[in-house]
Amino acid sequence: MNIDAIQNGIVLDHITAGRGMKLYDLLGLEKLNCSVAIIKNVNSKKQGKKDIIKIDEEIPINLDVIGYVDPGVIVNIIRDGQLVEKRSIEMPETLTNVIFCRNPRCITSVEQELDHVFKLTDRVNKVYRCLYCETKAP
Amino acid sequence: MRSLINILDFSVEELQELIDTANDIIARPEAYSQVCRGKKLATLFFEPSTRTRLSFEAAMYELGGNVIGFSEANSSSAAKGESVADTAKTISCYADIIAMRHPKEGAPLVAAANASIPVINAGDGGHNHPTQTLADLLTIYREKGRFSDLTVGLCGDLKFGRTVHSLINALSRYENVRFVLISPEELKLPSYVKKDVLRRQGIPYEQTTDLEKAMPDLDILYMTRVQRERFFNEEDYLRLKDSYILTPEKLKNASKDLCIMHPLPRVNEISVAVDDDPRACYFKQVLNGKYMRMALIMKLLKEAGRI
Repeated sequence: MNIDAIQNGIVLDHITAGRGMKLYDLLGLEKLNCSVAIIKNVNSKKQGKKDIIKIDEEIPINLDVIGYVDPGVIVNIIRDGQLVEKRSIEMPETLTNVIFCRNPRCITSVEQELDHVFKLTDRVNKVYRCLYCETKAP
Repeated sequence: MRSLINILDFSVEELQELIDTANDIIARPEAYSQVCRGKKLATLFFEPSTRTRLSFEAAMYELGGNVIGFSEANSSSAAKGESVADTAKTISCYADIIAMRHPKEGAPLVAAANASIPVINAGDGGHNHPTQTLADLLTIYREKGRFSDLTVGLCGDLKFGRTVHSLINALSRYENVRFVLISPEELKLPSYVKKDVLRRQGIPYEQTTDLEKAMPDLDILYMTRVQRERFFNEEDYLRLKDSYILTPEKLKNASKDLCIMHPLPRVNEISVAVDDDPRACYFKQVLNGKYMRMALIMKLLKEAGRI
């Protein structure tokens, strides 16, 4: 299977197999006009299988989203066909308006203008909880 | 601006400081009767409450201060659709400190983020009720003289009971505390409290449905009401509301030094025949709650530079 190499853009590599679509959705990549390729179940020496996302434009990427979905992802920045930056991602301490609290008893369920903020409460088990009601992130 | 939203906002040392102040207020009430003269407490109660609101009001009056506020959402601007943030900003122009009860979880945190005066969480839905925990802690301290080396039985609605969650959080910070969780299957302590608080800190606990069997081991028995307002389904409420009723017979095997607590109001989960038992501490808890709220109001106003 051939996907064109990109000249200027971003490659999200080492995505855990199966999480590519979730990243695509949460990063809002469907709104882009440029070419975006999601490659699923690529053979990987390190991971066995992995997903890759190639974005044919250097857009601002919300690294917190990547850190939340899959902190093992490597973000590669490509300029003029060359790899100029390779960035590994940490789990963010706080997520703002990335995921939304579904607890009907939470204040965010009635006050539409409030940011939906989740805090990392357990790094080992990757648990995020709503700042307001402490409900676990879905 | 310092506020009290969650009992864990205060360190163990700060809680002890509040307890020491409350004990001093009990010993020398006249020394505190003018501490908050000219200051106003705003009680913003978006959900009905008798004892908590009156306890706050009594606390402020006994400190020589004044009280403004409302006791139901219908008589506030919330009925017109005002946000909690705007309410907090507005009230900051009128009062020196806010006590807020709200049916939605996290509302007092939103208020604290927007107010320019201290905010006290007076209960947010089924989430936190830190000043009830302050009342509980003073009661335990006055009855037992310690917070360590205790076996604490929590009985009734452990799922929605916010007072239970706050008390577990607070007591988990002391040495050698063991919990016995007594509830029907449907109202068991949420797994996140067990996992995040008890298991993570290695605090021993056991779960049972049998109150009488657990009784002999307990130093403290904390009874709770099955709260109608926490159920979406009336049938579930009716099925579970009478799960545990404490009677003198059930106390036969209890320790002579047992401390029986309840955040009140009770419906029928403690028989009135228990009230005369010297181990019944739930009305002392009410009084202790007022003293701890006095100590808390003083602490927050002092930290805000308002007294």
